[in-house]
Amino acid sequence: MSVRRLAPKELQPESFAFTAENLAWAEKTIAKYPAGRQASAVIPLLMRAQEQADGWVSEPAMRYIGEMLGMAPIRVYEVATFYTQFQLLPVGKKAHIQVCGTTPCMLKGAGDLMKVCKKKIHPEPFHLNESGSLSWEEVECAGACVNAPMVQVVNEVFEDLTPEILEGIIDAFERGEKPAVGPQNGRKSSEPVTGLRVLTSPELYDGSMVGKGVGLAAAREAIAAREAAAAQPKPVEPPAAPAKPDAPKSN
Amino acid sequence: MLADKDRIFTNIYGYQDWGLPGALKRGSWDGTRTILDAGRDWIIDQMKASGLRGRGGAGFPTGLKWSFMPKQSDGRPHYLVVNADESEPGTCKDREILRHDPHHLVEGCLIAGFAMGAHAAYIYVRGEFILERERLQAAVDQAYEAKLIGKNNVHGWDFDIVVHHGAGAYICGEETALIESLEGKKGQPRLKPPFPANVGLYGCPTTVNNVESIAVAPTILRRGPAWFSGIGRANNVGSKLFGISGHVNTPCIVEEAMGIPFKELIDKHGGGVRGGWDNLLAIIPGGASCPVIPAADCEELIMDFDGCRAAKSSFGTAGVLVMDKQTDIIRAIARISYFFRHESCGQCTPCREGTGWMWRVMDRMAEGRAQKREIDLLLQVTTQIEGHTICALGDAAAWPVQGLIRHFRPEIEKRIDQYSANPHSDPVPVAAE
Repeated sequence: MSVRRLAPKELQPESFAFTAENLAWAEKTIAKYPAGRQASAVIPLLMRAQEQADGWVSEPAMRYIGEMLGMAPIRVYEVATFYTQFQLLPVGKKAHIQVCGTTPCMLKGAGDLMKVCKKKIHPEPFHLNESGSLSWEEVECAGACVNAPMVQVVNEVFEDLTPEILEGIIDAFERGEKPAVGPQNGRKSSEPVTGLRVLTSPELYDGSMVGKGVGLAAAREAIAAREAAAAQPKPVEPPAAPAKPDAPKSN
Repeated sequence: MLADKDRIFTNIYGYQDWGLPGALKRGSWDGTRTILDAGRDWIIDQMKASGLRGRGGAGFPTGLKWSFMPKQSDGRPHYLVVNADESEPGTCKDREILRHDPHHLVEGCLIAGFAMGAHAAYIYVRGEFILERERLQAAVDQAYEAKLIGKNNVHGWDFDIVVHHGAGAYICGEETALIESLEGKKGQPRLKPPFPANVGLYGCPTTVNNVESIAVAPTILRRGPAWFSGIGRANNVGSKLFGISGHVNTPCIVEEAMGIPFKELIDKHGGGVRGGWDNLLAIIPGGASCPVIPAADCEELIMDFDGCRAAKSSFGTAGVLVMDKQTDIIRAIARISYFFRHESCGQCTPCREGTGWMWRVMDRMAEGRAQKREIDLLLQVTTQIEGHTICALGDAAAWPVQGLIRHFRPEIEKRIDQYSANPHSDPVPVAAE
């Protein structure tokens, strides 16, 4: 398991509070869960706190969220240290580059991407570059294996990378620009780079697939059969209201 | 090859409109009311008849799973939880459903929820899928807007969908860990029994299903179980999203028939192995936890549950990782060991300590800095982890190592010989953690 600790005291800010906008969002999020189960919102709230505070979660932020959700501080610390997407130390203000290093990306050259990060940012992960604008880390599978190798920067994903392209992306972040996201080799998403081999029939998209299912016909038969059975007078009892225990309740 | 008209996910590459108008045109939400009107038992019977096996890796029959939910509520609400915490290295199929075909999933949630008496569904999306989560939320909002779900909707079954997310923990793909995480705790798996169908989310009856299992349900019910079970081989039916990654010419996601020969899958969709078929070294057929299959066994390999089991591996999630002869296979598996060491939740000692131990030994073996007798020691330790933990992460960490030793022992020995033939200074010992 990964052992993660909170940042040392001297790095922790004095206090934390959501902005008015985030507070409204937090209240809406808490309301999504059943009454008394507001602790369910701890991960979304911590994530929002991380976004608000330059990409990392401080101890005051954890306590603030704990109070908001009626959780003991230790329960929030547990969550923040368990889930590795929560950054417990300050990260680059302009970008924190997360390089996927797990086997599918490793086979496609994630090691070379990390060399670029070491060269351009810092030899060690989780360290800021000189100006404090960039940092990097190696993460476990980020779930874009067919687009390997890839890096993630907050919510943006850069796929099908080469070391040269990554250098350009890091430079763009350093300049404060927003580099183009997604696959960098010309494809749209996860189709073969040479073009579509399947899903080329136009009838899939012209609406002619609608209303054709034999399963729907069977469903209608099942409904008719049940209604017929319910309408049938039973020998002993007089015909009562049609019993449809399984039918959806009508509102 | 599966015909286009038999594909369920017709917008898997995102070339069409992902939103409601596009989804309606492609056949989503067609006759949903009729399906619900046919009743709970009818839906479950149809799902059982379709032969759909869960698409999350274990392959448990989906219809049967739904039938485990209590028929009558004892006052506690029922919940449907959708597992979109897709984190197995090599697997990235659910991502495409979430971002390009989300209405399949939204409609599936309503139907599955109705079939198990649930009025609420929680979709747990992995934390890294931020844009995917926003897309799914947008699709859910569209469905609320059009009164397809929500209170007093056109389907006559009140139904709420909450899109929730994690924050980077592979273990939360285990169903009870996912439930713990959804309750706002560390994602540590629960002891079973009680099973989630009796005591799940918030102590209420819960069914946890994979995204793909839920997303294919509406189309199966619309087109009939006979259509679905007519694809593939007995006990391994239907179509399935395959992911092809690693050393192929055109890595991609593709929906194919279960039981497609591996060679056909790679040649037709993956564009062939890099450097030609003869350059194939080994594959991992269904995500990192599945043991490797060497090239010799890939010749006749059938890609389905039974086919992969016959090759002493596992079909998993059908995320195929292809490795060519330029691959350092020991290093590749050592990296998988590192992954499991990183992702162990720390609850059970054999896994918490064992995954780290295996990784350290594997790391030395990748260098050759080991003794040959340690190969058997490593194998023996894997069997002490496997089956001795609350959840299957211990097993999942043990299998790739076992697979490596089973098929590539000479390679490890060669590496050790090469290392010992050259003089090296003593390495600095590293403390166990």
